[in-house]
Amino acid sequence: MSVGFVMLVHTALDRAAQVARHLAASGCPVVIHADRKVPRSAFEPFAQGLAGVRGIAFASRRHRCEWGMWGIVGATLDACGDLLTAHPGLRHVYLCSGSCLPLRPLPELQAYLAARPETDFIESVTIDDVVWTKGGFDRDRFALRFPVPFRRHRRLFDAVTGAQKRLGLTRPLPEGIAPHLGSQWWCLSRPTLEAILHDPRRRELDRFFRSVWIPDESYFQTLVRLHARRVESRSLTLSKFDHFGRPHSFYDDHLQLLRRSDCFFARKIWPWADLLYASFLSNDPKVTRNAEPNPGKIDRLFSRATDRRVQGRPGLIMQSRFPARRLDAARTAAPYSVFAGFAETFPGFEAWLGKTTGLRVHGHLFAPGRVAFAGGAQVHNGCLSDSAALRDYNPEAFLANLVWATRGERQCFMFGPADAQEVMRFVAGDPNAQVSIVAGAWALTLFAREQAGELTGSALRKEAARLQKVELAYLALMRSGWVKARVRAWGLAEFLEAPMENLAPILDEIAPRAPRRPTEAPVLASLDGFGAFLQRLRNDGMNLHLPGDFPVGHAPTPPGDARPRPYLVR
Amino acid sequence: MDGPDAPAGRRETMTAPEDIPGPLTRAAQAYRMRWKRRRLLFRAWRKRGELACVTPLRPVSKAAVLCLATVRNEAARLPFWLAHHRRIGVDRFLVVDNASDDGTRDLLAAQPDVALWETRASYRAARFGVDWLGWLARRHAAGHWVLTLDADELFVYPHWEERPITALAAELDRRRQPALGALMVELYPEGRLSGTPYRPGDDPVQALPWFDAGPYRARRQRPARNLWVQGGPRERVFFGDDPRRAPTLNKLPLVRWRGTHAYLNSCHALLPPRLNLAWEGPGDPRLSGALLHTKFLNTIVQRSADPDHRAEHFGDPARFGAYHDALAADPVLWHDRATRYEGWRQLERLGLMSSGGWT
Repeated sequence: MSVGFVMLVHTALDRAAQVARHLAASGCPVVIHADRKVPRSAFEPFAQGLAGVRGIAFASRRHRCEWGMWGIVGATLDACGDLLTAHPGLRHVYLCSGSCLPLRPLPELQAYLAARPETDFIESVTIDDVVWTKGGFDRDRFALRFPVPFRRHRRLFDAVTGAQKRLGLTRPLPEGIAPHLGSQWWCLSRPTLEAILHDPRRRELDRFFRSVWIPDESYFQTLVRLHARRVESRSLTLSKFDHFGRPHSFYDDHLQLLRRSDCFFARKIWPWADLLYASFLSNDPKVTRNAEPNPGKIDRLFSRATDRRVQGRPGLIMQSRFPARRLDAARTAAPYSVFAGFAETFPGFEAWLGKTTGLRVHGHLFAPGRVAFAGGAQVHNGCLSDSAALRDYNPEAFLANLVWATRGERQCFMFGPADAQEVMRFVAGDPNAQVSIVAGAWALTLFAREQAGELTGSALRKEAARLQKVELAYLALMRSGWVKARVRAWGLAEFLEAPMENLAPILDEIAPRAPRRPTEAPVLASLDGFGAFLQRLRNDGMNLHLPGDFPVGHAPTPPGDARPRPYLVR
Repeated sequence: MDGPDAPAGRRETMTAPEDIPGPLTRAAQAYRMRWKRRRLLFRAWRKRGELACVTPLRPVSKAAVLCLATVRNEAARLPFWLAHHRRIGVDRFLVVDNASDDGTRDLLAAQPDVALWETRASYRAARFGVDWLGWLARRHAAGHWVLTLDADELFVYPHWEERPITALAAELDRRRQPALGALMVELYPEGRLSGTPYRPGDDPVQALPWFDAGPYRARRQRPARNLWVQGGPRERVFFGDDPRRAPTLNKLPLVRWRGTHAYLNSCHALLPPRLNLAWEGPGDPRLSGALLHTKFLNTIVQRSADPDHRAEHFGDPARFGAYHDALAADPVLWHDRATRYEGWRQLERLGLMSSGGWT
């Protein structure tokens, strides 16, 4: 007989009884403490059911256990006293709750503890170095007084603690005490526990801890440091907490995971997890490998789940996730590129870019008539339709959905002042966006249309004025202080001075390991007569400044030679 | 059955800061919503006379999860619908039968766990059954977790195959989340809608294995602060020209019901408004489920041609004539980007529902 159990129960009494019977039948004495809040109608059948079972006893005194208050510690101390007195041969006492479940045969636990007779297994973390708590107080747990139960009187609790802080009412620690925190569930050796129970200063210490907040996470954890010979600062009970500090439940589908953890106990178990109770309440040695507890796999699973819950998936907007504007850094799921003015400067730019980088290159996604998906698709990945009405109804969601549905493949699309503009506000604030703008490139399109005779005279002038105004607006937007996108902007003339040198860093950024280095530059639009065209517009009274200065008369000299130049890798 | 058309309200998008009202406006809106909720509760109380009890509700334990539904001529769907929701652990069904003539009433009256009421009054005038169910919920379901469904919706949630709905309810209680949101995932067959036969009792997901994995657009609306999600196949096929009228796809089907709660707009929005805040903080994806919408079984084609059916659905039936015509013409909803339904893990992977850290 090496280990006995103190079991604290308040709900799911039938499951607690089942576990207690199993423990007792395996030769481990159990003292059960039932919360005084458990109604008589539930407690009496429970107690009668277990009456006379060899090895099971009830605590001599029932405490009222309020979460975060002294009752739980008082109950534990009394029950431990009862257990140690009744069973003088015990070497260890294990504290568990009614929703704990042994995962390994108890003889293995007995052997494990027998081999470590003087070791205390209790998570005990000093408050000086690390943050153990998940939100809430840590140091203040010891410095303030907490006379009001948090769960029942939340406002009063806040008022009382707030007032103490404002007034600077703190109290000194008892001498020789170094506050430690840790999990409530432990397994202590007899000498340590007896030293705590029969400490000559116990009255003083108990009085202090009565007004500490959540003393069940600090009383034994602190005092064990005074008396223990060997502390193993870990709990033998596997329990997982979410980011609010509330314990996760284990269900039937966790069976394999719990089996492989090799931990001795787990909590909390969902009371209706029949399969778990049926599988683990046996001392069949075949189920385990006699290994050291190894909760790594469970830890990873639950920390992944917590991360997902805390951070969500960037760029996903869904039923249960509507990102808060200021708090979500990334608005989209992956990086993407916006090219404004490039398709006008280089006819056939989409095809060239697709060939050079191997990425998915769309046309003008926000074109007024239809969405120009790559390859002219009518329905793109993620069932996105090419209807402009659907897109313009909520352009932000359109873009976020496109990037979400094509995760793993960088998207590039063309943009210009003739397109629907609403989305640019969203793009500007998105760190995933890479925006490259050749301002004034729309003039090349107008030039071509004038030469084709589609647009002349005052209609041409009006269109030019409109496009320039729209472009000025998004240029101004992209220069705002809050912009998170990576923005590059040139005037058309400035860009054309060294087009490949300007393109190279963009390409390096979006496709650093592009399969094919660009061996040839994209074909430049014809600039013959473009300078004269701009001058005609200016002569008609337009204040045209975005495209920049082009020599009238003939094509500009350095880049104007429209011959493709070999791209030199520096 | 269909809900009314798109809810009206101011929109709240991710980038437009001007849409957040000031504190005074917010207070005024809150007050308006309070009165609106009272009006709805009063309305439900007034409509109580339209319901005649066929089978009374047998006593249930406090922890039981109840399911509420209004049905009309659903004899084909109900056997599987009942079986599915029994399997996930629903204890009792509280059903209003609205003038069925295909044996629905007898089928339901024969079930041991169904409490049945019947009415011949107008579904539309009862706000698409919401008034009737509101009264039943207030009368019989206060304090319970209540699942409000239509007969063409199958409720699924993370781990539903392994964990009963009572476990889900306990988890929501633990998180102090008073309601669970769900996206309607609209299922459709591969060919024409009328082309796939369906026998009562079969799993409709076998007949309708396809769905659209996107795009879904969400925005938040004032003053009820409800989410408004649109998208999916119906929008793609029928509402491409007028997206505002595309069906609303978010619902709050599972609610810890209190006598003071009222559904505002089918199950899409709840009052008081705080229940609509289905997220709790920065980027925090809550638990959510999904409703497998089996509307497009072969019966839909005939039904859409039926003038009675047309008149009883949508806030403004006249505007939806073209939609019903299109459905009656037996269209193909399938396309080569459609996704085959595999189960809840697939829905979670695609970002259509979230286990919100419940592993």
